[in-house]
Amino acid sequence: MAQVTLDRVRKTYPNGHEAVHPCSVEIPDGELVVLVGPSGCGKSTLLRMIAGLEDITDGALSIGREVVNDRDPADRNIAMVFQNYALYPHMSVAKNMGYGLKNRGASKAEIDTKVQEAARILNLGDYLDRRPSQLSGGQRQRVAMGRAIVRDPELFLFDEPLSNLDAKLRNQMRIEIRALQQRLGVTSVYVTHDQVEAMTMADRIIVLNGGRVEQIGTPTEIYEHPASTFVAGFMGAPPMNLMQAHIADGVLTLGEETHLPFAAPAVATDSVLVGFRPEDVRLGGDGSMMLHVEIIEELGAHRLLHGKLGGQPFSLSIGKDEVAGLGAQPITLPRDRIHFFHPERGTRI
Amino acid sequence: MNTARSNPINAALMHGALILYTLIALFPVFVILINSFKSRKKIFREPLALPDAESFSLVGYQTVMKQGDFILYFQNSFIVTVGSLTLILLFGAMAAFALSEYRFRGNMLMGLYLALGIMIPIRIGTVAILEMMVATGLVNTLWALILVYTAQGLPLAVFILSEFMRQVSDDLKNAGRIDGLSEYAIFFKLVLPLVRPAMATVAVFNMIPIWNDLWFPLILAPAEETKTLTLGSQVFIGQFVTDWNAVLSALSMAILPVLVLYVIFSRQLIRGITSGAVK
Repeated sequence: MAQVTLDRVRKTYPNGHEAVHPCSVEIPDGELVVLVGPSGCGKSTLLRMIAGLEDITDGALSIGREVVNDRDPADRNIAMVFQNYALYPHMSVAKNMGYGLKNRGASKAEIDTKVQEAARILNLGDYLDRRPSQLSGGQRQRVAMGRAIVRDPELFLFDEPLSNLDAKLRNQMRIEIRALQQRLGVTSVYVTHDQVEAMTMADRIIVLNGGRVEQIGTPTEIYEHPASTFVAGFMGAPPMNLMQAHIADGVLTLGEETHLPFAAPAVATDSVLVGFRPEDVRLGGDGSMMLHVEIIEELGAHRLLHGKLGGQPFSLSIGKDEVAGLGAQPITLPRDRIHFFHPERGTRI
Repeated sequence: MNTARSNPINAALMHGALILYTLIALFPVFVILINSFKSRKKIFREPLALPDAESFSLVGYQTVMKQGDFILYFQNSFIVTVGSLTLILLFGAMAAFALSEYRFRGNMLMGLYLALGIMIPIRIGTVAILEMMVATGLVNTLWALILVYTAQGLPLAVFILSEFMRQVSDDLKNAGRIDGLSEYAIFFKLVLPLVRPAMATVAVFNMIPIWNDLWFPLILAPAEETKTLTLGSQVFIGQFVTDWNAVLSALSMAILPVLVLYVIFSRQLIRGITSGAVK
């Protein structure tokens, strides 16, 4: 087990493209940290740098207090689970799982014991003699996990391991991976573009955008106090409602004479971005705020109302027992759930 | 299964076409084989008739066995073909791996340079090659042939194999790196088994021309102890008289080893395809 420290780690490609801007993170022992962001944000590159598959241009990477920048992937005592599983197609499940140990000179008896143990944990006992091509997606995923845990590494790396599975299996594997990680207590770095996976699995989330760290925090912190409009829009489905509000004499106006009943924050600009999570907004009120509902999405457990507030797009989530129709609906914006962002920089105010 | 495949008329047409093609392809081989067992008179009088009690004769095979050292010629051809194929596959696959796996300056140019050989026939350089072989004392050795055939086969091998190796998933190689494999081990233990069908293709492409070649054995290794089978058979073809029985018998025998090699490689080819290697 080990803590992982990234000290101003940076990646620049020979063509000058800055894939990862200087990034400093400390991952405590036993934590599962999720790197999340849209495609091309540098999250996989960062993971591959930790794995040693990609050179580190600048900065220091330590695993368990030792700087490992110049060590080969095999000497970093890590295990990695890949998006397309990357199982050796010409080897049986048992050989796949034991291969890393075999290359490190472990004895046959030791390999056997560890593979059996891993197979028992992952319910793969009946499949040890099969080839990967004879397994289903979920089983292959388990074999990839098994290959990682038999090595008993200091650090697990996951590169979008669930994105090739169907939705139902994904939810199930998500819980399995999290349970396994907690049971083994191995420090883990998990890359995903799925914000639900990030929210549900992480001890801490690192949100990346364009090669920069936007925010680091627990899922609750990220959700409740997004550091920027990017984080606010990326985390949460449907995303946070972000509206341009004009400031005049301390009064916030959305447009079409819709005034917000809040004091404007002290800013130098004459406008500000106002944010509300769809589930923080309540249906009903004194009629001073009217949402013009255009579409109702039925989701079973709850319902989404999409429409316009003061001429700007706005979504609202209500419980399944609440009644709502199309057209103008009174709503209430709770004062303690408001978020303000800088209109140009997008940073939290 | 789609409807086009399960339709009996389509299936019949498809098989008809394949059978027709097989017959056309096998016909010359068949004619050579049956005539090699006939007496000279019958070969010319009824070239398409099967050998019967009257026309059956092994005189061709007897001549071949008596004249010249055919076992040695066989051995020479076999050594040259297998040796060249081994070197072509080994070096071709290594070069292809380097070109497809590693990013380095001039990667593209190097690939083009290696592919250039596909477009320029090696026989243009025969005189230079002969001079080189004389200078290195390799004339009349099997090595001369093996080296030339290796050079001749490499361009296409590199070209085909690098295309196939690009399709081997990066994650798989990275998984190998994390599992502690060296770059050589990744090449030999992960990549090579996965591109086996392509290796078989390259082997088959290269095998036939090497086995059948007359040009280089005649120029580089015409000595009795290094003669290949094709060169050895030439003694029966004279300017004025040709011993057709012997020629046909020699050819019939020459087909066999190639056939065996082909069966070996094509099995690999089919196994490679059916194993469903990469996800």
